[in-house]
Amino acid sequence: MAQKPRIRVPATAKKGEVIEIKTLVSHVMETGTRKDSKTGKVIPRLIINKFVATFNGKEVFSADMHPAIAANPYVAFFVKVEESGTFEFTWIDDKGGTIKDTKKIEVS
Amino acid sequence: MKKRHLATMGIVAMGAVALLAACEEVKAPEGSKSGYSFAQPETKAMQDDDFVNPGMLVMSVGEAEWKKVAGKAGKSCASCHGDAKEMRGVAAAYPKYDPVSKKPLNLELRINACRTRNMQADEYKYESPELLAMTTYVKYQSRGMPINVAVDGDMAPFFEKGKDFYYQRRGLLDLACKHCHEDGEGKNIRANLLSQGHINGFPTYRLKWQRVGSLHRRLRGCNSQVRAEPYGFGSDEFVNLEVFLSWRSRGLPIETPSVRN
Repeated sequence: MAQKPRIRVPATAKKGEVIEIKTLVSHVMETGTRKDSKTGKVIPRLIINKFVATFNGKEVFSADMHPAIAANPYVAFFVKVEESGTFEFTWIDDKGGTIKDTKKIEVS
Repeated sequence: MKKRHLATMGIVAMGAVALLAACEEVKAPEGSKSGYSFAQPETKAMQDDDFVNPGMLVMSVGEAEWKKVAGKAGKSCASCHGDAKEMRGVAAAYPKYDPVSKKPLNLELRINACRTRNMQADEYKYESPELLAMTTYVKYQSRGMPINVAVDGDMAPFFEKGKDFYYQRRGLLDLACKHCHEDGEGKNIRANLLSQGHINGFPTYRLKWQRVGSLHRRLRGCNSQVRAEPYGFGSDEFVNLEVFLSWRSRGLPIETPSVRN
């Protein structure tokens, strides 16, 4: 059961406009410092350590994440758009698991 | 002529009464305040923006489960209930008396009853991500509607049991629900502000849990905080208490999925 990432990109924008993009992704963000209450063993760290956003193949925003970021990280950022195209969003976690999604924008 | 006029007036008056009865919405008792009004401004902002609200993440799962065919009957929720929007208002009346099991069922148990009786599928495990997502999804359809449970007739004995539970001291700390949520409302318990303990936001995204959780999870937390042995998920004791709590929260708008600290 995968929860879909929630991404908000305006459907249209004017050339050269600065737009805000909001993303919310579902992830446990296990810190690696908690212990299992039954076995007493440390629960291994499992966090999203990298988030990358590209526009038409070119990177426009990226973030390295560390422990202490809460579950289901919410990232919002601003991008200046000059042409129509596709945003691609990638979240990579410690196990190499990736969550990917794309959004299109029409620029006039 | 005069007689007819009177009769017409009578019909109009009757119609007006009927209309009033239909319009009569259950009102929250004066002073009833949702947990929302006790939350920090940041937490409120998180709940207010449907995009930022992390409780909305489970909606995609709930929607998928709604349409997923399961069980021997080859049905999904949508096969009988149609679009989930049709469920608007349903959750506001839960817990509801179930003539088959002769006791009230809350929304979680009702969904599971539907699965075993009508879909001939396996029950969801209580507090499993699927059941939480489904409960949240169904209850979300009634967002903004006032809680309105029936507590008379068949429900009365269960309501009384729930009420007794609420006012019964328990645990090593010897506290009843009412000591914190009626007497201590608005006071700090260490760093936490005590709310009135209304249930209109459940299932809620609790920042402490970092996920959506059910009312019974919260009640179990309350139990262990007063050093009492918590009752089980979906236990009769908790469902009876939920009946009383729903009546206590009557008239407050459903906020599911709410965000709390």
